Amino acid sequence: MSGTNSAERPASSGRAAAGTTDTPAESAVTGKAAARPLRKAAGAGTRTTSGGTPLRPDRLSRHNLSGWLYSTPFLAFFVTFMAVPILATLVMSFTDFGLRNVTNPFDAEFVGLENYSELLGDEQFLRALFNTGYFVVLGVPLTIGCGLLAAVLLNSGIERFRTFFRVGFYAPVVTAIVAVAVVWRFVLDPSEGLIAGLAAQVGLTAPDFLASESLAMPSLIAMAVWRNLGTSMVLFLAGLQAIPTEVREAAKLDGAGAFQEFRRITVPLLRPTMLYVTVMTTIGFLNVFEEPFVMTNGGPSDSTLTVSLLMYREGFNFFNMGYASSMAYTLFVIILAVTLLQMRLLKDKTK
Amino acid sequence: MSATTDTSATATARRDGYAARDRRTRRTRGVTYVLLGLGLLITTAPFLWMGLSAFKTPQDLSASPPVWIPTDWTLANFSKLFDLLDVPRYFFNSTLVALIVTLCNLLFCSMLGYALAKLNFAGKKVIFGVVMGALMVPGNLMLMPQFVMVSKMNLLDTYAALVLPSAAGAFGVFLMRQFMSAVPDELLEAARVDGAREWYIFWRIVIPQVKPALATLSIFVFLGSWNNFLWPLIATNDVEKYTLPVALATFATDPTKANGSNGVLMAGAFLVVLPVLAVFIVLQRYFTQSIATAGIK
Repeated sequence: MSGTNSAERPASSGRAAAGTTDTPAESAVTGKAAARPLRKAAGAGTRTTSGGTPLRPDRLSRHNLSGWLYSTPFLAFFVTFMAVPILATLVMSFTDFGLRNVTNPFDAEFVGLENYSELLGDEQFLRALFNTGYFVVLGVPLTIGCGLLAAVLLNSGIERFRTFFRVGFYAPVVTAIVAVAVVWRFVLDPSEGLIAGLAAQVGLTAPDFLASESLAMPSLIAMAVWRNLGTSMVLFLAGLQAIPTEVREAAKLDGAGAFQEFRRITVPLLRPTMLYVTVMTTIGFLNVFEEPFVMTNGGPSDSTLTVSLLMYREGFNFFNMGYASSMAYTLFVIILAVTLLQMRLLKDKTK
Repeated sequence: MSATTDTSATATARRDGYAARDRRTRRTRGVTYVLLGLGLLITTAPFLWMGLSAFKTPQDLSASPPVWIPTDWTLANFSKLFDLLDVPRYFFNSTLVALIVTLCNLLFCSMLGYALAKLNFAGKKVIFGVVMGALMVPGNLMLMPQFVMVSKMNLLDTYAALVLPSAAGAFGVFLMRQFMSAVPDELLEAARVDGAREWYIFWRIVIPQVKPALATLSIFVFLGSWNNFLWPLIATNDVEKYTLPVALATFATDPTKANGSNGVLMAGAFLVVLPVLAVFIVLQRYFTQSIATAGIK
């Protein structure tokens, strides 16, 4: 690595230095003089150019040290607190990692696929899986649909109050989900809540949303849609503004109505944004934790128990960390599969 | 649709068409505003309800039909909240942690972003691949080993425990690399020819060029840390080290404390939401722009 010592040096002197030190070093390594020209020719693109052709400076060797110097701080944190834990969870999922292993992590016993096979027969886990699916299948399309509708309306040529609307729609996104969940609990409260009060005014009795097995999950979904539609709106708005006005004008001149313009111009050109929004929203929704944790704690009778919430309970209330790890990885594999599927479905159509 | 020959008959027809279109646009504009207004009502009503309820007396809180504007404005909910919860302490914890996490991310992510965008070195592609792969991994997957590690390091209930796992996020690297790639190489080469050292080039030439990206990253990371819940919940047992959301959630889900005190809870939610909401309303342009750029890039 001839360039390591010149990494912090100005380029011109670095090149000169590399040129002079390279030649003797190389002849010492190769030994035979006859082999040298061949080697030089072979490695022309990489090794000797720093001294030879100034047009293609040998960046590889020159930046080796600084490249790693700039990478190390991040990598130190990243490896310790992300890469190692990602693998550790996988390893833990094949062990009986429990409370005593928090102090003696390497004492955990290897149990093979036992955790995973247990998951398949665990009714509570299957319930959580179903609930999470319910949350995603209803919540994601609603979030994306509402976000797209808001974006299209905001982009439809109105000028007044645009910022005002955008701020209003996006406000729920920036607020702490815990605080928002507390507020929604109050809004849905059967005795003092806003909805109960409004219902009473028109002579109706609002149900106790969060205490009802059939209504608790839809309530959480409504809240999640409310909170997340701002993100998809902003992304769609950016996507819409990237569509050249000429294309729209041309469509109008050709006599396209608003709906046709939307179907033939907006939707196809918005597909990359659609893919991104769908994937990100789905990943977020599959991991749902805070909403059921704060609002229902999984109840009533497990009707809002999600995979993340069950994993948290198993892992940190009961310290069945091996078992909880197998849940974490099952969810991860599901997320991966769903993401790949979505990328396939949404990408193929562009062709 | 338009006629190929421009006779007076088609001209009249076209004029009529324009008039019809004008009426139509006015009508669609009306519908647009009605729909947007309805949407706005739904998105903002819970906030209004929260903000106003925080200042209500118990009578107003349980009034039916619901009272929007408090008949007697009171600070009783806040004083009760401050009696039950050490709000300033949690506020301080949340702010400190979010600030440190933001600074760490700005520094580490821009350094690695610079290396990936502007330096060539052995292993670069592997690093990039691994970091981008990590973007896909949900945070919940790492919780248990992170907890074990932090407790083995005797760091539970410390600020270090709250900061370390989020000190270097993959998203920041992605963002910084994207923006730094756009900085022209000629600029860097010129500086190198002039005898500038790498650190100088990074700090004085590249960093000023990517200020918008740094602002975007700050917003994201600060907000993420301020609103983060699951990790602080796990990493802290000592109430002294709770962050604001953890304190609020613990308070809200404890039936002995929060029973029948919706006003107090609204006061708490108000204090968690207000600073972020205020900053957002002032800087809203940057917020929405930043999420849009981050999403598209």
